[in-house]
Amino acid sequence: MHRFANPARFARLAAAITPWSAALTGLLFAVGLTLALIASPPDYQQGETVRIMYVHVPAAWMSMLVYLVVAAGSASALVWRHPLGDIVARAASPVGAGFTLLALLTGSLWGKPMWGTWWVWDARLTSVLVLFFLYLGHIALLHAFDDAARGARAAAILAVAGIINLPIIKFSVDWWNTLHQPASISRLGWPAIDPAILRPLLVMAAAYLAYFITLLMVRVRAELAVAKLRGLRAALLARS
Amino acid sequence: MDALNRFIDMGGYGGFIWAAYAAAALVLILLWLFSWRSLRRSEGELAQLDRRLPGRKGGQGRTAETARGQA
Repeated sequence: MHRFANPARFARLAAAITPWSAALTGLLFAVGLTLALIASPPDYQQGETVRIMYVHVPAAWMSMLVYLVVAAGSASALVWRHPLGDIVARAASPVGAGFTLLALLTGSLWGKPMWGTWWVWDARLTSVLVLFFLYLGHIALLHAFDDAARGARAAAILAVAGIINLPIIKFSVDWWNTLHQPASISRLGWPAIDPAILRPLLVMAAAYLAYFITLLMVRVRAELAVAKLRGLRAALLARS
Repeated sequence: MDALNRFIDMGGYGGFIWAAYAAAALVLILLWLFSWRSLRRSEGELAQLDRRLPGRKGGQGRTAETARGQA
C-alpha cells in the first residue's frame, strides 16, 4: 500500500484506473437506472415514489462514506504529515458536499408526497444538514488562508472533529422520534426489504461508488498538478 | 403512447420522481464537468511552465528515474 503513497506514482496509477472505473460507472448506471425506473415494481405502501429511494439512499450512504475518506485523509495529514492525505481530503470534500446536497434534495422531494412536508427539523434531517455545513466549512477553511498549508491544517482539524456527527446521523432514527424511516438494510439479519427493490438499490449504490472513485482519481490528479505548480512557481520566484 | 404517458405520470407522482432523478443527474454531471475542467487546466499550465523552463525537463527526468530505481 505504501508504494502508492508516493504522489507521482499515485498520479500515474490514478490515470490508469480512470478509464476503467469510468466505463464501470457508465455500465452500472445503465443497469441501475433500467432496474430503478422500469424493471422494478412499485412499493406496496409507497407506490411509485419508492423509485426516489434509488437515487436518495445511495446519495446518503455516499455522503457519509466520503466524509470518512475526508476525515481519514485529514487524520493521516495531521498525524503522519502524509502529503497525499491533504490532497485526498481536498479532492473528496466537494464531492461529499454534492452527495449530501443530493440526499437533502431528493429526500425533500420524497418527503413532500409521503410525509406531506418538504422538511422537518428532526434529528435525521438536521444532522444531515449539519454534515452539509461541515463540508462547506471544510471547503471554506481550505481557501481561507494565503498559506495553503495553514488552510489545510485548519480544515483537517475541523474534518477530524466533525466525525462525531457520523454516528449521530446513523443512529438518529433509533435514538429520537422521527418521521424518517429506520434503516431497512443492516448487517445483522436479512434485510427487511423485498429483493425486487433491493436489487436496483444495490446496483445504484455500486454506480454511485464507482462514480466517486472515478471522480476522486480525476480530482486527486488535478490537486497533485496544482500542488506541483505551486512548488514550481515558488522555486521560480526564489531563483529570480 | 398510453404506456409512455403512464410511465411519465408514475401513478401521479411523476413530478417528484423525475425532479429527484433530474437533481441527481444535474449534481453528478456538474461535479464531473468542473473536476475534469480543473484537471485539464492545471495540467495545461504545468505543461506550459515546463516548456518555458527547458532546463527543468532534465531535472524531472532524473527524479522519475530515481523514483523507478526505488521501486
